[in-house]
Amino acid sequence: MTIAALNSTSASAILPGSGGIRGALSDLFWRRPQLLLFLMLLPPVLWLGVVYIGSLFALLAQSFFSIDEFSGLINHEFTLKTYGDLFQAANLDIILRTVTMAVLVTLASAVIAFPIAYYAARYARGRWKALFYLGVMLPLWSSYLVKIYAWKLILAKEGILTWLLAKLHLLWVLDGWLSLPVVGGNSLSVSATGTFIAFVYVWLPFMILPVQAALERVPGNLVEASSDLGASPGQTFRNVLFPLALPGIVAGSIFTFSLTLGDYIIPQIIGTSRLFIGQAVYSQQGTAGNIPLAAAFTVVPIVIMGFYLWGAKRMGAFDAL
Amino acid sequence: MTSAVSFQKVSRHFGSVRAVDAVDLDIVPGEFFAMLGPSGSGKTTCLRLIAGFEQPTSGSISIFGERAEGVPPYRRNVNTVFQDYALFPHFNVLDNVAYGLMVKGVAKSQRQKAAEEALSLVRLPGYGARRPGQLSGGQRQRVALARALVNQPKVLLLDEPLGALDLKLRENMQEELKSLQKALGITFVFVTHDQGEALSMADRVAVFNDGKIMQIGTPEDIYQRPKTRFVADFVGSSNVLPPDFVQRYSGQHRWGSLRPESIRIGRAAKGEGVAARLVGTNYLGATTRLALDADGLRLHAIVPAGTKLPAEGEAVVLTFNREHLHLMDEPA
Repeated sequence: MTIAALNSTSASAILPGSGGIRGALSDLFWRRPQLLLFLMLLPPVLWLGVVYIGSLFALLAQSFFSIDEFSGLINHEFTLKTYGDLFQAANLDIILRTVTMAVLVTLASAVIAFPIAYYAARYARGRWKALFYLGVMLPLWSSYLVKIYAWKLILAKEGILTWLLAKLHLLWVLDGWLSLPVVGGNSLSVSATGTFIAFVYVWLPFMILPVQAALERVPGNLVEASSDLGASPGQTFRNVLFPLALPGIVAGSIFTFSLTLGDYIIPQIIGTSRLFIGQAVYSQQGTAGNIPLAAAFTVVPIVIMGFYLWGAKRMGAFDAL
Repeated sequence: MTSAVSFQKVSRHFGSVRAVDAVDLDIVPGEFFAMLGPSGSGKTTCLRLIAGFEQPTSGSISIFGERAEGVPPYRRNVNTVFQDYALFPHFNVLDNVAYGLMVKGVAKSQRQKAAEEALSLVRLPGYGARRPGQLSGGQRQRVALARALVNQPKVLLLDEPLGALDLKLRENMQEELKSLQKALGITFVFVTHDQGEALSMADRVAVFNDGKIMQIGTPEDIYQRPKTRFVADFVGSSNVLPPDFVQRYSGQHRWGSLRPESIRIGRAAKGEGVAARLVGTNYLGATTRLALDADGLRLHAIVPAGTKLPAEGEAVVLTFNREHLHLMDEPA
């Protein structure tokens, strides 16, 4: 291009409007950006605020009603009786079992996810990074039920895991584990251990992705600076990497913890006949028709998550945000 | 005397790229040593080799007489001030400064006292409770300096530490770094692409290009007596003169260099000299920089501000003292 072509002086300093409704709208939104924001946010706010939160509160309100034990009808008077029922030994047992499982699944997910996320954030580039995302997301694309039934087959007595351990002459380890109380059972597919394995598998991507995002935001030279100042790799992990990755771990644990608290399909397909909160809600509102108790059960994970987030905040998990 | 840092035929290759190529280097204990060069010349890789972030592909490195290959950064008594400071965002200033002492297991009260002292040394007393995010660029840079100095390193490495500061602050920090280095007697190794900074601060300067050291010497050596065309051009934008031109004035067929401030401008057709044409002027405040065209050879001259100048495009005659014409080692 020649200088002359750039040097044209024919255009005026202010360009005319493009005209029409689109032009007028563009100009209006430019002058009033809040109007555009309002219009864009209105549908999601209506959906989340009214339909979603509203129905959640309607459900919670149910937990303050009670069921008439003779007629099976709901008594629409305010009472804390349903919450009292929650503290019966059988129900407390369900809550304790679910929370323990959620804690263990979260810890295991964090421990397994961290090295994968660390590799992806620090070392994987280009093609390997694409492969990482594909590898993490691929399980999310296939049906949840198919994956769980696949795990049931893997963990079954005639399944590939038993076969593999037999080939390795390690069957005694499996048998020893299955003979233990609480975690054991006839086979992995009908034991609490099997439930745990399936949970960790299904929720792992929800831990890996936030941890990877958090680690990606940690500048590489902080790790170098720590090492330069005399910190061994272990000290660098404890003092720099872990605290800066903590918001990601907490974000991931919110997913793994709350998803485990609420799930009712995995423990039904893989595991013992002992109930989890999700199954209790399902059976109370379905076969038993006790909607107030089902509603009270759903309050439990909400309260636990509230305490969990409060505790995480107090421990400074969000300080690095 | 053992060198503070000694490189023997050190190379660092990244794939087919020779970032550092057979470099020999000896840094004297207690000196302020600058590594000067354009980006990608290998100066920062050399610094990282001393810090231990990189390992040499071949050659040997010793720090105060001890072999350093294969020694991790955390076992070297060498500290770095990073280009963008690399302060820990989740610690306050005091904990940042005390970090090196903390990981060495120094008791809390003792390390906090040492950190306070280091902060006073860089003229930031009482800033300990702030977060790095609340500080200005210049303050962060001082914190980074205090964080390194509190460990009493044998060698302090500075990677373009003044690059992100504005001009006024940079000049202040240059003086301060220089006097700090004098007072502490620690060996400073300073990486910069700014030749003015290297010349004004360093006891000795190594000029890097393409992974090699072009010349090592005092700032005066480097500035007055460049050995190669690259050094002449990079350090102070000297006029590089081709062998044919040099032969006319010195009788030797070699590349030469002539500082812009050594050239005087006269009116055309007045006495002998190099006939040229003035093609442009750049006002620089204290001086004016002139672009000249001497029969196809592009030259620059610097004259004091206020000098009466011919108009652009006019013919002029250039004169210079032949002693100022420096002959370079580089073969013609």
